[in-house]
Amino acid sequence: MERQIYFDHAATTPLCKEALDKMLPYFTDVFGNPNSQHAFGRESVKAVDEARDIIAKIINAKPNEVYFTSGGTEGDNWALRGVAHAYKDKGNHIIISPIEHAAMLSTAKALAKEGFKISYMKVDNEGVVDLDHLRSIAKEGTIFIGCMMANNEVGTIEPIKEIAKIAKDCGAVSFTDAVQAAGVLKIDVKELGVDLMSMSAHKIYGPKGVGALYIRNGVKVQSILTGGHQERMKRGGTTNVAGIVGFAEAFKIADRDLEKNFNYVSGLRDRFIDRVLAEVPFVKLNGPRENRLPANADFSFEFIEGESILFSLDLAGIAVSSGSACSSGSLEPSHVLLALGLPEALAHGSIRFSFGKHNTIEEVDYAVEKIKEAVQKLREMSPLFKAEGEIKYV
Amino acid sequence: MYNEKVMDVFKNPKNVGEIENADGVGTVGNASCGDIMQISLKIENDVIVDAKFKTFGCAAAIATSSTATEMIKGMTIKEALEVTNKKVVECLGGLPAQKIHCSVLAEEAIKKAIDDYLAKKNA
Repeated sequence: MERQIYFDHAATTPLCKEALDKMLPYFTDVFGNPNSQHAFGRESVKAVDEARDIIAKIINAKPNEVYFTSGGTEGDNWALRGVAHAYKDKGNHIIISPIEHAAMLSTAKALAKEGFKISYMKVDNEGVVDLDHLRSIAKEGTIFIGCMMANNEVGTIEPIKEIAKIAKDCGAVSFTDAVQAAGVLKIDVKELGVDLMSMSAHKIYGPKGVGALYIRNGVKVQSILTGGHQERMKRGGTTNVAGIVGFAEAFKIADRDLEKNFNYVSGLRDRFIDRVLAEVPFVKLNGPRENRLPANADFSFEFIEGESILFSLDLAGIAVSSGSACSSGSLEPSHVLLALGLPEALAHGSIRFSFGKHNTIEEVDYAVEKIKEAVQKLREMSPLFKAEGEIKYV
Repeated sequence: MYNEKVMDVFKNPKNVGEIENADGVGTVGNASCGDIMQISLKIENDVIVDAKFKTFGCAAAIATSSTATEMIKGMTIKEALEVTNKKVVECLGGLPAQKIHCSVLAEEAIKKAIDDYLAKKNA
């Protein structure tokens, strides 16, 4: 049996032992519905309140500004849809970046059908938002400006503080999707000046199916999940007590070890990037070299297609993801890479490696060797690649 | 998403390469779609004596290229023209729905390579 190496932490992470241990009693012994008035309910309320306090403290928010959700997609949906509907009397213009998660892009498309006008920020070839362009399109009647804090595919870290300032100056609500950033980069919502921020637990060794939306007090966000009295009447649905407890514990540990993990994981990434660039010919690093998530390395391998690279590495026991159309089931390659100006053929040949705290240098070195083999084998099969003494680009 | 047979063929594809002085070559697809398939044929007395492929594409594209070239070796060109994408898919034990277009490329590449042969022969 080949060894198994997991380099797809941007997709999801394993639940950490500490979070699991914290969660377990809330599936069985402490099972009360926090909405119930009796002692069982009150015990669950206490756990959820504590979790809310922990998360609020980490991001420098007030506890009553933290609303639990089912994860990043719900947070993105709620923020964008909720603000659009709450402020529609003030304007109908929405600005988002073109490299947002599908949760944002699909919601924006749905809102466009309702009559909202959607504009997209410009990003440069490393994925960084062009602030001058954003200033030029933000105007009276712009009600929402949203950009992810760090991109899930190419790892680019965005100037959220400046974007939030531009939003404030034109009277728009500012939002950031911090699904990839929370627990990885130090976040202070007051210092950033953002009005809304979505987060997810399972990217930081917490459980799947839980996250939170930060809503600054005073900002109006219409509910999208209408129901009972949960989350101060703003988000219906029986509270996911165990998930919330696990989220808070995972976030607490991620925050405690933030610097240590950042340094360790970015060390793995740097070694990996340096080796791949030096040892694999015809490869392009997507996104910035420095200003990127510590765990992220995204490459386009010329002359070959991403899904076939993904499965070649999978056969070698290495788990990665690809921005190629074939791996997503659509006909279009990654919208992120196209927004960065990559030609389609290169976008089809992209692979994302995302490292985690349990990975080792030895795994990185092993993967580099396997990548070299896989890339060489696929290139020998490719009609685009001709190695006849010298390599010709056809 | 892929069955074992597809992964097996993808792992060890047959007939990779280009035939020198091929009697017919067919290239279909383009890089912007993410699939290019090139099939080259050696044909003697209207019988395909050798077939090779080069493919830029996903695992399914590579597996169908390998299987299609295996299927047509030894066939007359008339028989090879009757190899449909469906037959290639059957031979692989099925493909996910969104990958059927890969098998269509294989069928088209064979037809194009035979057309190329016939055009040269009749020139």
